[in-house]
Amino acid sequence: MNALTIRNLEKTYGNGLRALSGIDLDVEEGDFFALLGPNGAGKSTTIGIICSLVNKSAGRVEVFGHDLDRAPEEVKACIGYVPQEFNFNPFEPVGEIVINQAGYYGIARPEARRRAEGCLRQLELWERRESQARSLSGGMKRRLMIARALVHRPRLLILDEPTAGVDIEIRRSMWDFLRNINVDGTTVILTTHYLEEAESLCRNIAIINDGRIAERAAMHEMLRRLHQEDIILDLAAPLNEAPPLRGVRLRLLDPTTLEACMEQGHDLNDLFAGLQAARVSVVSMRNRQNRLEKLFLERVSQHRIEGGGV
Amino acid sequence: MSHSYRVAFQTLVAKEFLRFIRIWVQTVLPPAITTALYFVIFGTLIGSQLGEMDGYRYVDFIVPGLILMSVISNSYANVVSSFYQAKYQRNVEEMLVAPIPAWVILAGYVSGGVARGVVVGVLVTGVSLFFSDVGVHSYTVSLAVFVLTSILFSLAGFINAVFANSFDDISIIPTFVLTPLTYLGGVFYSIELLPEVWQQISLANPVLYMVNAFRFGLLGVSDIPLWIAFLIIVGFILLLFAFALHLLKKGVGIKS
Repeated sequence: MNALTIRNLEKTYGNGLRALSGIDLDVEEGDFFALLGPNGAGKSTTIGIICSLVNKSAGRVEVFGHDLDRAPEEVKACIGYVPQEFNFNPFEPVGEIVINQAGYYGIARPEARRRAEGCLRQLELWERRESQARSLSGGMKRRLMIARALVHRPRLLILDEPTAGVDIEIRRSMWDFLRNINVDGTTVILTTHYLEEAESLCRNIAIINDGRIAERAAMHEMLRRLHQEDIILDLAAPLNEAPPLRGVRLRLLDPTTLEACMEQGHDLNDLFAGLQAARVSVVSMRNRQNRLEKLFLERVSQHRIEGGGV
Repeated sequence: MSHSYRVAFQTLVAKEFLRFIRIWVQTVLPPAITTALYFVIFGTLIGSQLGEMDGYRYVDFIVPGLILMSVISNSYANVVSSFYQAKYQRNVEEMLVAPIPAWVILAGYVSGGVARGVVVGVLVTGVSLFFSDVGVHSYTVSLAVFVLTSILFSLAGFINAVFANSFDDISIIPTFVLTPLTYLGGVFYSIELLPEVWQQISLANPVLYMVNAFRFGLLGVSDIPLWIAFLIIVGFILLLFAFALHLLKKGVGIKS
């Protein structure tokens, strides 16, 4: 069964801005799905429509078989939503925010308290349950929104840039948490600007651009389509010019930094053997850019050329 | 009402109640002090120089109007400020994403407004007992007008909040519409004192019907027939409820 089915979804705002131009999308139950796109591509509008925060202009949305137009409450009951911006009352205590959210989903007070405790403990916020939400750090506020979204045990969790602005340590711990949620059976849809995050977490991906789906594929398939890999090599000693090597294009970025561009699948041993033969000693290496980031930029620019977008 | 709707409604009402109780110094105390000042100045100092009005001492005559005035302004203020803040801070989204029908959200906010109206109304009634010895002519009429008026102005406050785009917008209506209507709604005088033409103009003021109906409940006197007053109040409630529900369902001011 599909967790989410979208057909011909369109949205034109009151000011005439066409945000979505007929989106079709399927997300299978149990998937960890990334919805990527540049700013203003239509990601948040799509999520807003699914979560009943934005009125659609046309099209159909189904969540676990429930139609958004015909059974909005059944759809809402299935979804947990973590928005991009903080949207809780900053003067309310942390515990109350989560308990009240459970109440809105029809969960009676005693059970709501138990569930809120579970969620807050899981997200390491239990000790701060009496604190006003405004006193939390940025990372804690993000975790509070996740706890709030999970308190009614949704089957589909939608996260709109959940790790924006949090430090790498908290981001990694949130990744682990989200992975566990997904392993436990919750379908997760994620939008993010950290493409490394999408690559690390998601099994399937869609790239949205100018209100249309520009690409939809499994993550591994998408990454396989990358033909070229760029590696940065830090050298032990300075060079005057890059040595010629077969199958690899070398370029000197500065006297001690070499860029190696090669076809994906090219044997790294050949590269290092060639460098050794040219008496070039390498002390460290790294990818020039995230692989998915490269593909993302390729697809978005290609889509703009084909579609005549901005 | 289904179990889950009932829980959602109770959650919303409890949240609204706690909200104004937590800040009681801003919400509950000021009307009590303001009303005490009205009683001291208009009732005791100036009122003692005036004769009777509709057969009652002036201080007794103004009691129903002052109680209802505090109910009106507090019910309105509670809903308009609470819902606008929820819009402004975007925590209204907590309710919009949850499986709560629009009428439950509306009923929750209105109940919060009624709760504040009742708390303040009871407090102001307590204050009035220090200055007058007004009794209750009809408990049923008094209570009905008290609650219905509170519902009506809670609904009006909700509609104001839906259209408000700034904090200025939530004070414009109370300052330039609500306060004049209340002061000209027979709180401090009987419309029989006015020239004929102003009596007719006053009849277009809905607050006049509420104040007079409540005065009938406490004192047993009214410038308006009671059934007309109830018809007007209930009519306005139905009209405002339908409009507020329509706005909420459409997502006016809260959905793009």
